[in-house]
Amino acid sequence: MIALLLRDIRLAVRAGGGFGLALAFFLIVTTLVPFGVGPQNATLALIAPGILWLGALLACLLSLDRIFATDFEDGSLDLLATAPIPLEGVVAIKALAHWLTTGLPLTLVAPFLGVLLNLPGPGYYWITLTLAFGTPALSMIGAFGAALTVGLKRGGLLMSILVLPLYVPTLIFGAETVRRGTEGLATGTPLALLGGITLGAVALLPFAAAAALRVNLR
Amino acid sequence: MSLTVTDLSCARGGVPVLEGVSFTLEPGQALELRGPNGSGKTTLLRTLAGLQSALDGGIEAPDGAIAYAGHADGLKATLSVAENLRFWAAIYGGGAIDAALAAFDLRGLEERPAGNLSAGQKRRLGLARLLVTGRAIWMLDEPVVSLDTASVALFAAALKTHLAGGGSAVIATHVDLDIGAGTLDVSAFRAAPAQGGAFDEAFL
Repeated sequence: MIALLLRDIRLAVRAGGGFGLALAFFLIVTTLVPFGVGPQNATLALIAPGILWLGALLACLLSLDRIFATDFEDGSLDLLATAPIPLEGVVAIKALAHWLTTGLPLTLVAPFLGVLLNLPGPGYYWITLTLAFGTPALSMIGAFGAALTVGLKRGGLLMSILVLPLYVPTLIFGAETVRRGTEGLATGTPLALLGGITLGAVALLPFAAAAALRVNLR
Repeated sequence: MSLTVTDLSCARGGVPVLEGVSFTLEPGQALELRGPNGSGKTTLLRTLAGLQSALDGGIEAPDGAIAYAGHADGLKATLSVAENLRFWAAIYGGGAIDAALAAFDLRGLEERPAGNLSAGQKRRLGLARLLVTGRAIWMLDEPVVSLDTASVALFAAALKTHLAGGGSAVIATHVDLDIGAGTLDVSAFRAAPAQGGAFDEAFL
């Protein structure tokens, strides 16, 4: 299992692995938004939490197909399915590797990109906290979507359409927590729901994704 | 570690391909699957390896005895030869990769990225993976494709060592490997065309 985690991280950070792609996309979105909506500080501060969450979500979506598609193409997935580790474990580890190379870096750079959007003071704390809570769900739900579409050539479009509605609750509660946090309101409820979605996804989706993979490998 | 197959039927893409396949493979034996393209050799091997479920019939093999090697070698182009092999060794709980590298003449290539290998070298690395799995029953799908004569001899030697050590193998091949294997012509088991339209594959 640890060997698989290390291999996936190594593949992601080596040439062509797509490690920088999500970060670059996140940077581009947050840099371009002020040009699009204009430089009014008040407007930017109002939309900053939503833009940061949206940027992180789309950046995550961009890198989903590397979870299973490359392994499917070069035959590794067949071999992993016949290996002595359970397929549910393979899915969970690959989702974890995706989070470590996408969700975690996005979480860490979000406060710096918040400066570009004039994020209000308390927002830096809340955006980091909610992204840390929410991005594991994005990786896990994404792994499920990638498992569903793994056998399809150029399945990226279908996967995006399948995954986006599943991302909506995470986006709503994530952005809502940040908005409430910056306005000094109570954040307990949306934060608990955000964490609940993440825990539910991590607990259930490895089984669903493994079942989808088994069907697609037949 | 014997493999017993009784009255096995298998399908590809929802269409039955083979039916009534029965054989027993004892330790030390190898079985060559013969038959024209599209006769179901790959489907049979994937079913035996557990990648797809059988339509009917039984496969009796000890748990965790089967290693599968398909058309694709499962290599990562950006990892080196040694990294690729070490990864599979770790997955199968094994350790040393030196013997596998030596058996397929991959010494001196350890630090080369797998993407820079020739087709034959990639195939040899894919086959070396079988040695680090430490599993007894090999399912090999066209193992000698793109290998030169010397490499085919290396593979035959590795296979003989495996058989002599109590292992066994089912091999789909068109090349005579001269390892004293029995042959099974799968075209004799061609399934009758399916009746009716009970096609639910897409919804499972």
